[in-house]
Amino acid sequence: MSEDNVETGVLSAPKLLSQRPRKASWSFLTRILLPIILLIGWTSLAKSTLIPPLTLPTPLQVGSELKGMYLHQHLMSNIGVSMLRAIVGLALGAGIGFLLGLLSGLSKIGEEFLDATLQMLRAVPFIALTPLFILWFGVGETPKILIVAFATYFPMYIATASAVRNVDRKVVEAAKTFGLHGPRLVKEVIVPLATPQILTGLSLSMVFSVLALVAGEQISSQNGLGFLFAQSQAYGRNFEVFTCILLYACMGLVAATFVNILQRFALRWRKGVAVR
Amino acid sequence: MVIVRGVRQSFDDRVVLGDLDLTIHQGEFVALVGASGSGKTTLMRLLSGLQAPDAGEILVPEKRTTVFQEPRLVQSSRVWQNVVIGLQKSPATKDLALKALDEVGLGEQAHAWPATLSGGEAQRVAIARALVRRPQLLLLDEPLGALDALTRLNMQALLSTLCAKYQPATLLVTHDVDEALLLADRVLVLINGIIAHEVIVDSPRPRNVSKGLDTQRLNILSLLGVTTTKTSE
Ligand SMILES: Nc1ncnc2c1ncn2[C@@H]1O[C@H](COP(=O)(O)OP(=O)(O)O)[C@@H](O)[C@H]1O
Ligand SMILES: [Mg+2]
Repeated sequence: MSEDNVETGVLSAPKLLSQRPRKASWSFLTRILLPIILLIGWTSLAKSTLIPPLTLPTPLQVGSELKGMYLHQHLMSNIGVSMLRAIVGLALGAGIGFLLGLLSGLSKIGEEFLDATLQMLRAVPFIALTPLFILWFGVGETPKILIVAFATYFPMYIATASAVRNVDRKVVEAAKTFGLHGPRLVKEVIVPLATPQILTGLSLSMVFSVLALVAGEQISSQNGLGFLFAQSQAYGRNFEVFTCILLYACMGLVAATFVNILQRFALRWRKGVAVR
Repeated sequence: MVIVRGVRQSFDDRVVLGDLDLTIHQGEFVALVGASGSGKTTLMRLLSGLQAPDAGEILVPEKRTTVFQEPRLVQSSRVWQNVVIGLQKSPATKDLALKALDEVGLGEQAHAWPATLSGGEAQRVAIARALVRRPQLLLLDEPLGALDALTRLNMQALLSTLCAKYQPATLLVTHDVDEALLLADRVLVLINGIIAHEVIVDSPRPRNVSKGLDTQRLNILSLLGVTTTKTSE
């Protein structure tokens, strides 16, 4: 070190307390690292003698299963049918959850009126409802969509209600003094500020929609991913069962990506300020 | 014009405002000073309708706006949208916002997010937001309290210019006696829940606090219970 340091003490550049921005290429590599490790582990497990033979396919075997399902079992249209059920059910459930959450979060009367009942309903496992829904709504699309809706309203309800309650009251007060009230106040100030938490609720609801789909499609389906799943189980085609499970996981990934994109767009105002 | 008659407000049996009377004429700039906790913000909230008094009468014009101690911007809206928040939306609204931002010297930040502004800039947005409505009553609750001394001096000049230009009835709450003397036509001292004293400031503007206002300054400080010995001055 130089002579100066003797007099001023040892000086150094301040330690950076925030995370450095990461290069896009490194980010991407980091994201796919764990999946690659899992893939390798999975392959070696499938080839090993640790588990009974013919119960776990290798990734390559999954590939040929997918090809077979694509050629002979209308894989794409079955996935499409399932996605549509999930999306319609989610739109219904999350939409209702959002509106009820607004009511309960914004007004004391709303909270008193709704909260206990909704908390109680949440404790009902949606799988237990399947037989009842068949009795009430038959075996068509209605019960499947309703089961998804039933499974997805609650995360959205609870997230919206608490998000709305947590919006900075000082800002709301200020907005009121500038003449905003009623629906405009909710739409222009409260909901935008509550969006971060509301989106967390939405991503939970999406996960639940896939879970509920598995249950809902057990109802004598003639199509959909659940139908393929049930068939492969019935005929003891283990490789196909595993492939279906992977496909459900992929639907989860699609949902997560969707919320991620939504978040980026809806939360531009937090860019560069958000604590990660 | 503002008329306040016999207003009382207490919290849990503790009287904060007791029988308070206050009149502000159109175009008049009134400063209100008082110790911390003396009820200045409470009076502001009553005038802006954020709470109702226990008793008494409050008459204020329909068009009134507030600048709070903190900027209180809506973080999810851009700066210019904050300025015209609550106004009827039309193509002209944006021009209105841009003009108002130009006036406070923030024209270039019109499209920024509030979270990226400095404290002084955010508070200037809050001032633009209050003035763009051409209020008949402008309520300023320690609007410059959180700013550094340098920014505060600039903003005092800005407030002085803008209030002279638009002539609203203005009530400025401040704990800075110099600021009160610099800006106000009349300084009110709030003690024990009533306006205990009134000091008329009739020096010509623009004013310089270090010249000629010394006696009034010492007078107000002593009313507020601050003892200043002549020898140390
Ligand atoms: N909502 C409230 N509930 C209870 N006490 C309050 C409330 N608002 C204000 N006060 C009390 O009233 C007094 C005056 O407050 P305030 O008007 O904010 O004072 P300041 O003059 O510093 O602006 C304080 O002692 C404060 O604690
Ligand atoms: Mg105060």
